[in-house]
Amino acid sequence: MSTSSVFDGAVFMPSEMKLIEDFKRDTHPDKVNLAGREYVGEHGHTTWLPLVRKIKQQIATDPTINPEYPPILGIPEFTRRATELALGKDSPAIVENRVFGVQTVGCTGAVRLGAELLKSWYCSSSSWSGPILLPSPCDDSLTGIFKAAGIEDVRHYRYWDAKSNEVCVENMVHDLENAPERCVVVLFASGHRPTGANLSQEDWKRVAEVMMKRRLFPFLLMSAQGLCSGSLEQDTWAVRHCVSLGLELLCAQSFSHSFGLYGERVGHLLCVLKQNMLAMQSQAEKLVQTLWSCPPMEGARVVATILSNPAHLVEWQEGMKAIAERCMLIRERLRERLRILGGPGRWDHIIKPGGLYCCFGLNAQQVEFLIQRKHIYLLPNGCLNVSAINSRNLDYVAESIHQAMNSRL
Amino acid sequence: MSIFGEVPLAAPVAVFKLSADFREDQCPSKVNLGVGAYRTDECQPWVLPVVRKVEKMIADDHSLNHEYLPILGLPEFRSSASKIALGEDSPAIKDNRVGAVQCLGGTGALKIGAEFLRRWYNGTDNTKTPIYVSAPTWENHNAVFSNAGFEDIRPYKYWDAGKRGLDLTGFLGDLENAPDHSIIVLHACAHNPTGTDPTQDQWKQIADVMKQKNLFAFFDSAYQGFASGNLDKDAWSIRYFVSQGFELFCAQSFSKNFGLYNERVGNLTVVAKDQDNLNRVLSQMEKIVRITWSNPPSQGARLVAITLNTPELFAEWKDNVKTMADRVLLMRAQLKEKLKALGTPGTWEHITEQIGMFSFTGLNPKQVEFMIKEKHIYLMASGRINMCGLTSKNIDYVAESIHEAVTTVQ
Repeated sequence: MSTSSVFDGAVFMPSEMKLIEDFKRDTHPDKVNLAGREYVGEHGHTTWLPLVRKIKQQIATDPTINPEYPPILGIPEFTRRATELALGKDSPAIVENRVFGVQTVGCTGAVRLGAELLKSWYCSSSSWSGPILLPSPCDDSLTGIFKAAGIEDVRHYRYWDAKSNEVCVENMVHDLENAPERCVVVLFASGHRPTGANLSQEDWKRVAEVMMKRRLFPFLLMSAQGLCSGSLEQDTWAVRHCVSLGLELLCAQSFSHSFGLYGERVGHLLCVLKQNMLAMQSQAEKLVQTLWSCPPMEGARVVATILSNPAHLVEWQEGMKAIAERCMLIRERLRERLRILGGPGRWDHIIKPGGLYCCFGLNAQQVEFLIQRKHIYLLPNGCLNVSAINSRNLDYVAESIHQAMNSRL
Repeated sequence: MSIFGEVPLAAPVAVFKLSADFREDQCPSKVNLGVGAYRTDECQPWVLPVVRKVEKMIADDHSLNHEYLPILGLPEFRSSASKIALGEDSPAIKDNRVGAVQCLGGTGALKIGAEFLRRWYNGTDNTKTPIYVSAPTWENHNAVFSNAGFEDIRPYKYWDAGKRGLDLTGFLGDLENAPDHSIIVLHACAHNPTGTDPTQDQWKQIADVMKQKNLFAFFDSAYQGFASGNLDKDAWSIRYFVSQGFELFCAQSFSKNFGLYNERVGNLTVVAKDQDNLNRVLSQMEKIVRITWSNPPSQGARLVAITLNTPELFAEWKDNVKTMADRVLLMRAQLKEKLKALGTPGTWEHITEQIGMFSFTGLNPKQVEFMIKEKHIYLMASGRINMCGLTSKNIDYVAESIHEAVTTVQ
């Protein structure tokens, strides 16, 4: 056999998880990880509702559970509830039977499936390659997903503005107005990652108007419905508004944060159409078979069980509200500390968005300073996961951010 | 007017349509010999006793965290799953040149392997590199590789309908004529749908040709343990190729041998020339996983890892697997005996010579149609039956119906 490898051509790819791995290796006693993807509680770990644990135990001892292959599109009860959560039970789209849902492997799986559907079927094309517009900034992996599905023409529209530390709707609307007709536009219904910055309902109305005028297709992302504002309805308002205008859309939902089921990969792709629902559903089935055949059951079973039971539903909503409130409280405390430390600038942008993320608009050197010198790990632009700030590290984090923004680096 | 207004309705997958038709059939003596899942003699799905035990352990374990698994999966699952395929004392493992990616079932493992090969196998664009799959093969192989971007998917001769066995000459001929560096999808054991595996000697011949032609071995291993009842025996082909110095991929599924169909437990084992190559390969695979499903699901992998890494549980699992394999072997033996006793024309040795869940009966499409329409016995148009659908209660009816089909329908 030859001594060279058939894999000689594969170049080494530094891991996206490098930041997290650096954090794990860091032995500094004050280190703080503000770059994580999960919600962590006051104790610094991911949490579960006692309800989730109880239901998992029920599932583990249920003799009637069928271990066989589930439907390709997932558990019907799950997709039904996930759809109702996003659109509202009385949504005209549901009543008119022009919606279908697919249980996917997390939000990533939902985006990937949506991308594959668009690639194969958007605009009567058998090979649509874009353009697709993503908000700036956003995770690199989003670009990667669309490209992997074969959609090469990935562009960005201006979303978060570094100077004002919030969404600049003027820029966004301008970019959408100048996009080619029929583009697909990825929009965060709520909980933008990594900045946490959101549009107001008035802003959404403007954006939706442009979408309709330019015949742009919305692909909405909703990763933490209920956790951003504390209200399920408010966090999905944008989705329902688009539907009320008669738009067709895709919506990728994640149940990771709202149920603490990160490891179980519970996602959902919602498809709202004007017609031809069954055909699109059959094509989605075909695509799922080339990705993962059918989805994993455990997490979706838990979610379906909770969402179908009125008492569980109440308990779950209370748990989520508590999370949303804790995040808001942390933001307020952080703002207070920074105000007291007396740095320049307003701090409204910290408390304005809800949910997991907020952004300080730091430059590369400032971020580097925080990571290397203060052992505080955060994302580019100074975006961070507020849940990882707790009573033990609040002062240290606030002082360090203050230092980063006020020293000559 | 919908943007998706012209999208055509996709044809349903044959095996699922068969099951749907079966479900709607009101006939009390109906039998489903279609879908590939294990059934007990009461025709019920079977949750392995060891699985039930470990499930409870997991649900009661309050120390487990709920975070995302690493992108490449649960480390203890990946390493123990690879050991199952390659053997505890595999020299390749000792040389640190074996790695793995936890995937969504066997399908997911094929997907990640295919996506990697298309990008990095032989040069950086393998869209034109030929992929060879057996004729016939699992119906989803084509779709997975095609969707991963491979444009040239070809059959290699495999099933000889005339002699109801392996067409080795044809197989070797196709390998010899394949362009160098082509990718060959091999069924590690219990070939789906024919149930016909090469003998060890035949595997040696296949490996020889593949070595000469620098053909890449991509094993699909969905039935380890399930075929003969013995894990090592069912992995012989993979281990032989490794011993011959091949770099290879092995897509492992734990759906059948753990009865975990619905938790999507798969593993892509990678055997590389050396650790450096392995690391580069895994680093690229991590990127591919990140933009496909990001992180794999934890439940099934935890279950398998705990079982494989705990001696008493591992022993119990092997026992459970043998139970399933033994029942299948019993049904094979009994079906053959009954057909011989009925004097059904033709030879029926292939029923016991074939291995695993499936058997290619040799029934032609008209005979299959007769079985479905007149006898309410559901099998694939290819004549493939799932032995697990046979029970002590229905085996006589099935044998008699096959007899009737063969003698009255041409």
